[in-house]
Amino acid sequence: MGGVHPPENKITASRHIEELPVPGTVTIPISQHLGVPASPVVAKGDRVLTGQLIARGGGFISAHIHSSVTGKVVKIDDMMDSSGYRRKSVVIQTEADEWAEGIDLDAGIVRGCDLDGAAIVRKVNDMGIVGLGGATFPSHVKLMVPKGKKADYLIVNGVECEPYLTADHRLMLEKGEEILVGISIQMKALGVEQAIIGIESNKPDAIEVMGRLAASHAGVRVEALEVKYPQGAEKQLIKAAIGREVPSGKLPIEVGCVVHNVGTAFAVYEAVQKNMPLIRRVVTVAGKSMNKPGNFMVRIGTPVSALIEAAGGLPEDTGKVINGGPMMGKALNDLGVPVTKGTSGILVFTEMESHRKPVVACIRCGRCTTVCPMGLEPYLLSALSEKNRNEECEQERIMDCMECGSCMYICPSGRPLLDLMRVGKSRVGKIIRERTH
Amino acid sequence: MNEIINEITLISVVSLGAVGSMAAVILYFVAQRFKVIEDPRIDVVAELLPGANCGGCGLAGCRALAEAIVKAESLEGMSCPPGGNDVMKAIAAALGLEAAELEPMIAVLRCAGSREHAPPKVHYEGVMTCAFAHSLFCGEAGCPFGCLGCGDCVLACDFDAMHMDSKTGLPVILDDKCVACGACVKACPRSIIEMRKKGKKSRRIYVSCINREKGGVARKNCEVACIGCGKCVKECKFDAITLENNLAYIDFSKCTMCRKCPPVCPTNAIAELNFPPRKPKAETREQPVEA
Repeated sequence: MGGVHPPENKITASRHIEELPVPGTVTIPISQHLGVPASPVVAKGDRVLTGQLIARGGGFISAHIHSSVTGKVVKIDDMMDSSGYRRKSVVIQTEADEWAEGIDLDAGIVRGCDLDGAAIVRKVNDMGIVGLGGATFPSHVKLMVPKGKKADYLIVNGVECEPYLTADHRLMLEKGEEILVGISIQMKALGVEQAIIGIESNKPDAIEVMGRLAASHAGVRVEALEVKYPQGAEKQLIKAAIGREVPSGKLPIEVGCVVHNVGTAFAVYEAVQKNMPLIRRVVTVAGKSMNKPGNFMVRIGTPVSALIEAAGGLPEDTGKVINGGPMMGKALNDLGVPVTKGTSGILVFTEMESHRKPVVACIRCGRCTTVCPMGLEPYLLSALSEKNRNEECEQERIMDCMECGSCMYICPSGRPLLDLMRVGKSRVGKIIRERTH
Repeated sequence: MNEIINEITLISVVSLGAVGSMAAVILYFVAQRFKVIEDPRIDVVAELLPGANCGGCGLAGCRALAEAIVKAESLEGMSCPPGGNDVMKAIAAALGLEAAELEPMIAVLRCAGSREHAPPKVHYEGVMTCAFAHSLFCGEAGCPFGCLGCGDCVLACDFDAMHMDSKTGLPVILDDKCVACGACVKACPRSIIEMRKKGKKSRRIYVSCINREKGGVARKNCEVACIGCGKCVKECKFDAITLENNLAYIDFSKCTMCRKCPPVCPTNAIAELNFPPRKPKAETREQPVEA
């Protein structure tokens, strides 16, 4: 149902993943995941090694955080991050690149894994793995099937439907075998027999590579999916891959599915087979005006400005720098903010590209309703939200909105539909929480 | 022909009359059975209230306050901010109760981060709602406590007592129109607006900042931010000023309006409203005038 077709602009699809040099200082926020922020276990002046634990997860839905460089902790203070606010972060001055004990840096692929499900989950938790698709939900939680529920499918998200972004695409081409080993490990932890890798059909090379490699892994197959945004959203992906529909307000496990991103599968492989904590990730740096756009393997905590520098510097007519994809990403208010576990792309837009259309009256064309992947009525919800009519918002299922932005993209009147729906969503969410407590 | 018409008329009048009187009897008994007995004093009190339904009393509207007053048989803890003491006295007289004299209050904006003092570093283009801007980022100037300037408070005001100043980007509160209903206080996602004592001749002194960051960080984004230096605390002889989390706060119940603290503030973060202009300082007067 629904969906839009924004111009793909995958200009970095053919660029190999480049290792970005270790930056002089890294700023590592203690809250890079959904859930409770981690609490620092290092103090100012401590020397830390690459891969050493620096902040411990604060509960079940939380994740550990590790140092991405070797050096001295210079301060633990509020620093600007991609949330747009100053939040607690650990700042480390780099001295060397000495890896903590036990991390296997060998490039060879380790295939066999004799750990049992619980041990895998423990390791994924220890290494601070979170969903790398963007929502940064702690992965160990998703690898544990809740009591009374049963999973029969692992769906692996290789869709990457956001324009510009090619991080997952490149990862599939270059680290396909590692991803597949990661998928087998996740299947073992979940106790499922089948896994489906969903890839949009605009990436024939990735479908070919993953399909070939998957042949030697039992129960794993590749599914080519229709190209449309947001094909990579959890519920849409499940529908497209196996035809099951997740009921409103429920999680995928309700229909026996667990969804993980290909990037997460790679991180799980590294964590379980190589003892590698999540301290680096692939980030696409792109934009039509960039000199050297590319895909970079970046240490967590690297300032965004260093990435832009590596991609040829900030062009003069830049109007906006976005953290994430152009559809769901957020403009940055400072280029000193660090790359975190959830940063999939840094996009540079020119002044011409970066402004919104002027807002005019709704012409009741109904296109927002046609494109909404959740079957909502954005024109109505935004109006109700604007007028503070929270009860009606709830009845019209505002909480089902996943904030994909298709409605705002298609609106010929340039109306801020998603902005208003987000306001309504947070208000209704608060009312629901108050009611249940 | 006439006879037929007469007959039809007769039948309709009789049958409709019968249905009507039967319905009347039923309705009479139903009304008796489900009679709502309401204290007539509620109407009296509701008549005396302003009828703005602003919610400033903390209840759903004027009628709800009237019901609450009559039910409680006392005026304790009840107040009508827009009506003020006059309305409460009238209600007290009508019900034969005692009304406590309350100090008139007024809304005060505790942020002075205008475009001049806190220049915007980025440009916000989203929907003009503070609630949304607050969820996105710390603000155009970079202060996570300061006014976002989208005017949620102005929209919430039922009394036309607020408007946005297009030059400063901050809301303006009109002394003579604000009734202290508190709608703006609730509307502000950053709790910048505070209800303070209106003061004699509308004179007020308050710290016009709520930034709790360290002085240096706060100052970087706004030149009139409170940096928590504590000079005003030392200057105050009445223990009216407290310093907590890098932020000074003037307790209006202790402040005597001596006007000693505003001049010592290094960032001019303490605002004084509606006072006569200060006499020029002695030393500036004595300075020799150079050509």
